[in-house]
Amino acid sequence: MSEVKDTQGQLWEVFIQTKKGLPFKHFGSVHAYDKEMAIQNARDLYTRRGEGRGMWVVPADAIVAVDSTDDESFFDPSDDKVYRHPTFYELPDGLKNM
Amino acid sequence: MDNLSLSKFCIRLGDNCLILAHRQSELCSHGPFLEEDIAQINLGLDLLGQAEALLIYAAKLEGGTRTADDLAFRRPERQFHNFMLTEQPNTDFAFVIVRQYIMSLYLLKTYQALSTVEDETLSGIALKALKELTYHERHFSMWLKRLGDGTEESHERTQTAINELWMFVGELYEEDAIDLMAQKASFAPTGAEMKTFLMEQINAKFTESTLKVPESVYMTTGSKNGIHTEYLGFLLTEMQYLQRAYPDAKW
Amino acid sequence: MGAEELDVLFQERIDANDKIEPRDNMPEEYRKHLIRQMSQHAHSEVIGMQPEGNWITRAPSLRAKKILLAKVQDEAGHGLYLYSATETLGITRDELIEKLHAGKAKYASIFNYPALTWADMGAIGWLVDGAAITNQVSLQKTSYGPYARAMVKICKEESFHQRQGYEIIASMAAGTEEQKEMAQDALNRFWWPSLMMFGPHDSDSPRSGNAMKWKIKRESNDVLRKRFIDKTVSQVELIGLTVPDKDLKWNEKEQSYDFGAIDWDEFWAVIKGGGPCNIKRLKHHKKAHTDGEWVRKAAAAYAQKHSKK
Repeated sequence: MSEVKDTQGQLWEVFIQTKKGLPFKHFGSVHAYDKEMAIQNARDLYTRRGEGRGMWVVPADAIVAVDSTDDESFFDPSDDKVYRHPTFYELPDGLKNM
Repeated sequence: MDNLSLSKFCIRLGDNCLILAHRQSELCSHGPFLEEDIAQINLGLDLLGQAEALLIYAAKLEGGTRTADDLAFRRPERQFHNFMLTEQPNTDFAFVIVRQYIMSLYLLKTYQALSTVEDETLSGIALKALKELTYHERHFSMWLKRLGDGTEESHERTQTAINELWMFVGELYEEDAIDLMAQKASFAPTGAEMKTFLMEQINAKFTESTLKVPESVYMTTGSKNGIHTEYLGFLLTEMQYLQRAYPDAKW
Repeated sequence: MGAEELDVLFQERIDANDKIEPRDNMPEEYRKHLIRQMSQHAHSEVIGMQPEGNWITRAPSLRAKKILLAKVQDEAGHGLYLYSATETLGITRDELIEKLHAGKAKYASIFNYPALTWADMGAIGWLVDGAAITNQVSLQKTSYGPYARAMVKICKEESFHQRQGYEIIASMAAGTEEQKEMAQDALNRFWWPSLMMFGPHDSDSPRSGNAMKWKIKRESNDVLRKRFIDKTVSQVELIGLTVPDKDLKWNEKEQSYDFGAIDWDEFWAVIKGGGPCNIKRLKHHKKAHTDGEWVRKAAAAYAQKHSKK
C-alpha cells in the first residue's frame, strides 16, 4: 500500500434536527476519517447538551453552494464550494506570519 | 442479598468504573486529534457518573458514616476492588482502546443483568449506564477495527497491547462468595455466562480487525481480595492527594 | 468591478451592520485578520485545556472531578467550534496546527501561567473565564457571521464555567485557614494576568484601528477591562478576599473603579515567549500531535482500504 499521509481527516458538515417535525439546521463542522467516525464525532461535539434527534453529516466538498438565488450568474461550476478557497491569491515566497 | 454483601457488590462495580474513569481522564489534552480528545473525555465522564452513583449507594447500604467520597479518597490500596485490568496505564492509544473495549463488554453484560432487578436504585443506575455503555462499545470497537486493520504499525501496537493485557481478563469472569450470592439474586450472570459472552464478542471483533486472541496465557487473580498491580498505588497517591493532605477540609 | 469599488461596497455593508458570510467579497486584509484572530482564539481554548487539566487527576471530590472534566470538555468543544469557523475562510485544520507549532500563531498569554494549586482551578474559572466572557459577549456582534455564531454558542456554555470557578474559591474562602490562604494566593497570582487578557491600551495596539473599522472588534480593550473589574471586585469582597491592588479605589463620579498600573513589561515579555509555561505548553501540544501520528495514519489507511464499502 502506498505511503499514508498524516492528516486531520476530512471536513464534514453537520446538520441536526432538534425536534421531530422541525427542519434540519446547519450546526457547524467536524473532522473525521470516515462516515462512522464523523457521526460519532458530531454527536460528541454538537449534542452534548441533548440538542438533537436526527443528524446528517456531509463531506464538505460534496456541498454545492451559490451566493445568491437572485443573481443572473446563478451557478458557476468553478466557484461552487461552500467555503472560500484562496487558491487565486499569489503569495510571495518567504512570506511570514500568514 | 443482605445490605452488607450488596454494598460490597456495589463497591466492586463502583471501583471498576472509578479507576477506569480516572485512567480516561488522564487522556485529556493528549488525544491524537481534538475530536477524539472530546470523545474520550465524554466516555470518562459517563464512567465517573456511574462510579459516583454506585459508591453513593454502597455507602448508604453500609449504614455507617462513610460517604462516597470517603470510599473513593480515603481507602488504601488493599481495600480497592477494581479489576487489575482497569488500573493498567495508558501506555499508548492501543492500550487504551483494548482495555476500554474489553471493560465495555464486561460493563454492558453486568448492567444488562442489573437493569431488570427489583432494587430500584440499582436498576435505575443500570438502565442509564446501559445506554452509555452501548455507545462506549461502539466507539471502542470502531477504533479496534481501525487500529487492527489500519497500518502495519497500528496493527503491531494493538496486538502488543492485547498480548500484554490478556493476563488480566480472567478476573472478569471469576466467581467468589459475593458473586454467587449476586447470581442467586439474579443481580449478575454466572462466570461461565460472562466468559462465553466476552469470548464470543472478542473473537468476532478481533477477527474482523485482523487481530488474534493470545494462546493460553497465565491469568492473574486477586483484586477481589485487594491484591493489585504496582500501578494502583501511584494512581491512588495522585487521586487521593488533596483529601489526604488536608484531612479536615471540605471541598 | 474594481477592487477599490468592492472595498467601498464592503465597508458600506459593515457600516450597515450586515453580517459577512464565507463566500462574500471581502478585503484580503479582513480575511487575514480574521484567520489570525479566530485561529488564535481556537488555539487558546485548546492550550487552556492543559493548565485546567492539570488538576483533573487530583480533584478532591467526585463531584469536583466530574465538573472539572465537563468544563475542560467544553473548552475542547469551543476550540472545535472556532476551528470550524476559521476553516470557512479557506484554511485547513492541518495548516492551523502547523502555524501553532511553528510559533506563527499565538494563543492567550494567560495560559502561559502555571496552575499550581487546586484553588487555581477556581481562579481560572472565575477570573480567566470571567474575562473571556466579558470579551466574548462583546464579540457576539462581530461582523463575520460564522465567528458571531460561534460566540453565541460559546457564551451560552461559558457561564457554567465561571460559576464553577467562583464556587470553588468561595467554598475555600469559607473553609479551613489553609484553604483560605490557598484561595487568596490563587487570586493574587491570577488577578493581574486576567486584566492583561484584555490586551494593551488601544493606543498601543496596532491592529485595533482596522478591527474597529471592520466591526470585528466592537468595543475597546480598555472599556472591556474596566467592565470586568467593575463586575468582579464585589465578587471578591463578598467572600472576604482582597484584590491584590493597593491602588484600587471606587470613583464616585465615574461610578467605576480606578485601578493600579499594569506591568506592561511582564505583558510583552510573556507574549514574546518569556512566560513560565510557554515552552511547556507548546511542547505538550507537539508531543500529543507526534504521539498521535500513527493513530491518524491508521484511521486514514483503514478509510482508504474500506472506501468502496
